[in-house]
Amino acid sequence: MKYTVDDNGYYGRFGGAFIPEMLYPNVEELRENYLQIMSDPSFQKEFNDLLENYVGRPTPLYKAARLSEKYGAAIYLKREDLNHTGAHKINNTIGQILLAKRLGKQSIIAETGAGQHGVATATVCALMGMECKVFMGKLDTERQKPNVERMKILGAEVIPVTSGSMTLKDATNEAMRYWIGNPKDTHYIIGSVVGPHPYPDMVARFQAVISQEMKKQLKAQTGSENPDKIIACVGGGSNAMGAFYEYLDDLDVELIAVEAAGEGVNSGRSAATTALGQPGILHGSSTLLMQDDDGQVIEPHSISAGLDYPGIGPQHAHLFDSERALFLNATDEEAMIAGIELSKLEGIIPAIESAHALAALSKLEFKKEDVVVVNLSGRGDKDLETYIKWGKY
Amino acid sequence: MNRLNHLFNTKKENILNVYFTAGFPELNSTVQIIELLSRHGADIIEIGIPFSDPVADGPTIQASNKRALDNGMSLNLLFDQLKDIRKITQIPLVLMGYLNPVVRMGVEKFCEKCKEVGIDGLILPDLPVKEYRDHYQETFKKFGLSNVFFITPQTSEERIRAMDEATDTFLYMVSSPGITGAKSYIAESQIDYFTRIQAMQLKNPALIGFGISDNNTFMQASKFSSGAIIGSAFINALAQDEKLENSIPLFLNSILKKS
Ligand SMILES: Cc1ncc(COP(=O)(O)O)c(C=O)c1O
Repeated sequence: MKYTVDDNGYYGRFGGAFIPEMLYPNVEELRENYLQIMSDPSFQKEFNDLLENYVGRPTPLYKAARLSEKYGAAIYLKREDLNHTGAHKINNTIGQILLAKRLGKQSIIAETGAGQHGVATATVCALMGMECKVFMGKLDTERQKPNVERMKILGAEVIPVTSGSMTLKDATNEAMRYWIGNPKDTHYIIGSVVGPHPYPDMVARFQAVISQEMKKQLKAQTGSENPDKIIACVGGGSNAMGAFYEYLDDLDVELIAVEAAGEGVNSGRSAATTALGQPGILHGSSTLLMQDDDGQVIEPHSISAGLDYPGIGPQHAHLFDSERALFLNATDEEAMIAGIELSKLEGIIPAIESAHALAALSKLEFKKEDVVVVNLSGRGDKDLETYIKWGKY
Repeated sequence: MNRLNHLFNTKKENILNVYFTAGFPELNSTVQIIELLSRHGADIIEIGIPFSDPVADGPTIQASNKRALDNGMSLNLLFDQLKDIRKITQIPLVLMGYLNPVVRMGVEKFCEKCKEVGIDGLILPDLPVKEYRDHYQETFKKFGLSNVFFITPQTSEERIRAMDEATDTFLYMVSSPGITGAKSYIAESQIDYFTRIQAMQLKNPALIGFGISDNNTFMQASKFSSGAIIGSAFINALAQDEKLENSIPLFLNSILKKS
């Protein structure tokens, strides 16, 4: 079984590039050039240099002793929360802005939900002196005020989106509409492994640095590159794909993806795409999608804005379909409890997205000698208000 | 013969294609709108299937999609409404919509229903040519449905030729880079593009759409093509006066400058 993209831009029956003709030249330009640019030594050098000296990579792989004791396995945390700007998102934005520069683009657009990808994009635009517009659902601008101000301080223009349900999916629609109208000088930095081919593959390759480092660090710390299990949360799926990427063909490593169940998978307020979705087409790719019987996209719900998306990346849909990865989900409540548990046991307040991955620990059975890596995709600073509202700590 | 081909064989200029969103302004407006449009001078009617995420559409058509869905419109219901449409009119009918509702229904079943009610062509903006050729063409052909492709100012000559080969009715020429929405003028740069396409002498006629809104833009676009497509401006007219028997003739007369 092949788990990476094929020559037609597909992962099994998912993927493709279902875009209006207006976007064809842009996406085609990317498709024709991304692999060549990314493998160019001068690109590699600049990318790795920025990851090391600007982002602060490699991020530590930390053995969480008290958490290990509680769950009866050797649990390691991949500390993406220690990246500059506080999440894994910046691995991708550094890569894409370097690519955009080489394609001669002058300005950047992005969508954002929680604001983490928006901040990571605004950051690299400041770094490169490029113009930056971030589309953000009006509801999310109200839910995530500090990130809106961070983006503005960094010099980005934040455009509140009032169409549709005014959240992440609508911000993505609006970014695409803007790109349709401004096709020549603008690059669209998509924030996850979603969108038309080559985006899911390109973003996965930029995030793959996570599992590249994991292999080295595990080898040094445990004597073996491969853990027994890797656990990561999935919104669109970029941090999970980064953590899985180098292990896709290592079938002895169990890959565990955790989706947001919101108030419960069957509550009508959930974002658990693989549990609730059907094959469909949104934002340029064929994937699993939460939709009604008539093919209208259902508005998802999660306490974490970063997981509040009605689809998943096509590669994840394929990992689910082929049973290469196990898909679990965690409710709002389970995630909050897990987030507070990590804070108390290890002195690390995680992003609520990442807390969903931690919540899977209590749903799995471990042997004492199991080596388990949880990808801690981000830190909880941005979620302080949600923690405070939750109150039970 | 397909009703679209019949039209293009008999009428060579000033062809007026009007778009509306099914389920707007009222859930059951569909048949009345078609009837009034065909009686008052439209040559083709493009029926929009509402979708939650219409990514190629501007604010006007986004709003009509949303209202249609809020009214309870669905693809199944649309086919129900169109059940007897061919008893009322022989005007060419084209369905326009995003791919997801079609895929959800099943492409084969969708095409079968299109044929049943008498649809002539399909416009699916997020279905690219290659995907069409690889996975859809055979089914569309089986049910006598012609697929219409978009060409834009950025589309290469090679690609335009390929689309011209892949369709047998008309090409949809997007007037400028951008999403749908009414504009009141046609710019110099657009005319260069229209002239360039005209000079290619394609085998299929082209209709110009996006930004066509009144008699002036309609006549100008028609100088460079077989005619034009009006969407947002018509939706605006319906929104302003929901008495369809007034607003539709008034709108068509204003476009065609009949009194
Ligand atoms: C910390 C963190 N983790 C996870 C996600 C979810 O995105 P993805 O599934 O692409 O990793 C986000 C998105 O905003 C995030 O901020």
